[in-house]
Amino acid sequence: MMVHGEAWTVKELFVTPNEYIYWSIQIVMYPFMTGLVAGAFVLSSLYHVFGIKQLKDIARFSLVFSFALLPVAMLPLQLHLQQPLRGIEVMLTPHFTSAIAAFGIVFNTYAAIVGAEIWFVYRKHLVETALALRGKADKSPAEKINHLIFSLLTLGSYDISEKALHQDERAIKILAGIGIPVACFLHGYAGFIFGSVKANALWMTPLMPVIFIMSAVVSGIALCMLTYIVVMEIRKFLAARKKAAFGIYQSTEEIKGLEINVIKMTAKYLIFFLIFAISLELLDLIFRGYTAVKTWDILRSVIYGKDFLDIFVFQYGIGNLLPFILFIIPGLTIRRTVIGVLLVLFGVFMMRWNVVIGGQSFSLTFAGFMHYHLPIIPHDMETFKEGFFGALLVIITPFVLFWGLNKIFPVFKEIH
Amino acid sequence: MINRRDFLKNTAKGIAGLALPLAAIEIVRPRKLFAAKGDVGKESKLRWAFLVDTYKCVGCGLCVKACKLENEIPYDANVTRTWVERYVLTKDGMVFADTPKGARDGFTTSKIDLGEGKFQDIKKENIDKAFFVPKLCNQCENPPCVQVCPVGATYQTPDGVVLVDRKWCIGCGYCIMACPYGVRFFHPVHKVAEKCNFCYHRITKGMKTACVQACPFGARMIGNVKDPNDPVSRVIRTERVGVLKDDYGTRPQVYYIGISREVI
Repeated sequence: MMVHGEAWTVKELFVTPNEYIYWSIQIVMYPFMTGLVAGAFVLSSLYHVFGIKQLKDIARFSLVFSFALLPVAMLPLQLHLQQPLRGIEVMLTPHFTSAIAAFGIVFNTYAAIVGAEIWFVYRKHLVETALALRGKADKSPAEKINHLIFSLLTLGSYDISEKALHQDERAIKILAGIGIPVACFLHGYAGFIFGSVKANALWMTPLMPVIFIMSAVVSGIALCMLTYIVVMEIRKFLAARKKAAFGIYQSTEEIKGLEINVIKMTAKYLIFFLIFAISLELLDLIFRGYTAVKTWDILRSVIYGKDFLDIFVFQYGIGNLLPFILFIIPGLTIRRTVIGVLLVLFGVFMMRWNVVIGGQSFSLTFAGFMHYHLPIIPHDMETFKEGFFGALLVIITPFVLFWGLNKIFPVFKEIH
Repeated sequence: MINRRDFLKNTAKGIAGLALPLAAIEIVRPRKLFAAKGDVGKESKLRWAFLVDTYKCVGCGLCVKACKLENEIPYDANVTRTWVERYVLTKDGMVFADTPKGARDGFTTSKIDLGEGKFQDIKKENIDKAFFVPKLCNQCENPPCVQVCPVGATYQTPDGVVLVDRKWCIGCGYCIMACPYGVRFFHPVHKVAEKCNFCYHRITKGMKTACVQACPFGARMIGNVKDPNDPVSRVIRTERVGVLKDDYGTRPQVYYIGISREVI
């Protein structure tokens, strides 16, 4: 009879009987996805709170994208539970000495803030659309449904006078301001879940939450840039094909000019946070080596031996150093940016992988190792949920949600 | 049409109204619940502890076998509530250790199991010392597994044993990660966290644990440390005993006679 974890764990040397890689790919996905949520929100707040005008165009975009990513932060947790139907108990009967128990509160607070901020940002659009549909005679069934949706979303508040809109602006600023610490908390707390496990020599460090936040912002900005570029390219393509005015931008050239401006500005923030993230990670590594406590022997053989390729080649080399060079070479192009942000996303993913899987790749005996083999072709529910396709499902979902949300909260239409 | 002021007012009223029934909900603490059921407010006169005499253990594995059968851990599943480790120290300073199938079938070969189907043969004349160490849940006084459970499905009884509520565990695995001794695993049938509980169903009825009863050499003993006349309690107090990984601050309650520094 197979026990949980046996399907993907290979043991080497002295490992105790109950040790397996219990936290697999979905627990790699969890901090990766919450990181994207938090990062996307911080990016949007840079405009709303600090008034960085150059980021105006990407701010609304990343706010809605953050909202689309939000439910997906929960999905990997749900997929990894042995009793998924009882998952809701974390919110209903939280046991507050556990770091995970705070999830419900932090997550819902954050969701409420992002939801409210989006509502204020789009209130004028919601009211206008609802009123336009209301005024229209003989509505089609689709329009009827739309009318209902938009009327409901206005929450009965149809006041879009200059004064009311001004108040909306203030509310947005306040919400975005509160949102930054809450977003950082949402993700820093994911770092705390790992950092506070004293039984795990690799995880236990007070730096873990801060490292997580920094790499979260990096990955969030990178994903927003990537999605922004993809959307802009599609718009460019459509504008060229229709050979006429499309959307708010008049021509392909105009879109191109705007796109590269936004990207160049955002790339600067990406670099800034990337330097922070790498510095902290290296500090952690150097500190462990220098203090060399009892666990360092086994950690060293994991970091410099078994996981050398994953940590130094994939994470630091291809995922951090290479994109860093790509971004600092002058004359940034869209193509170079795409390669850069893809590598950054890969680097952050590998960082999560090296923390979660790397932390379980050595035994509690400090004299044995465990190797993880990601199930690709599923042969039962478990190898689907905690395998390649389960992870793929988690990656695809936010884009589908974003597509749907964009119908109600158009990210590019000029609304103010 | 509703204006902004009224809208906000009504929303606040609505939320306050909805929150009212929530005030009736109290956060349930398992310890409190336990106290309410039995002797209210009284501290237990019982604290279970375990004593292992490593000099007496021969690695026959009868304890592991008995445990699996008693506690319905599928016999062939590669998980176990208790297991026995073998340590072999050679003259050139090497430490070899293994626990094939948790020593369910004892140690049938003198070769050390290196995993992945590989075995290491050690010549008898090269051995400095060799011994066996049975392992089980330490029923810590300060259990990290209880601390990290997000729903309170695992809890400490007043007499010191850590239990898992199979109807409440969500199967997140955080307790498994938090245990420095590796005693926890997922039950292959019930799909919830599982661990040694000193055969709580037996000891509360005056019986010995299955492993204690099965051991032909008296290497395993269970007793009450709060009773000064208890044989286990007396050994812990008057003889030189050690515990495992006490630097984690868990205050483990499985004591070992003849423990060696190589054992972790």
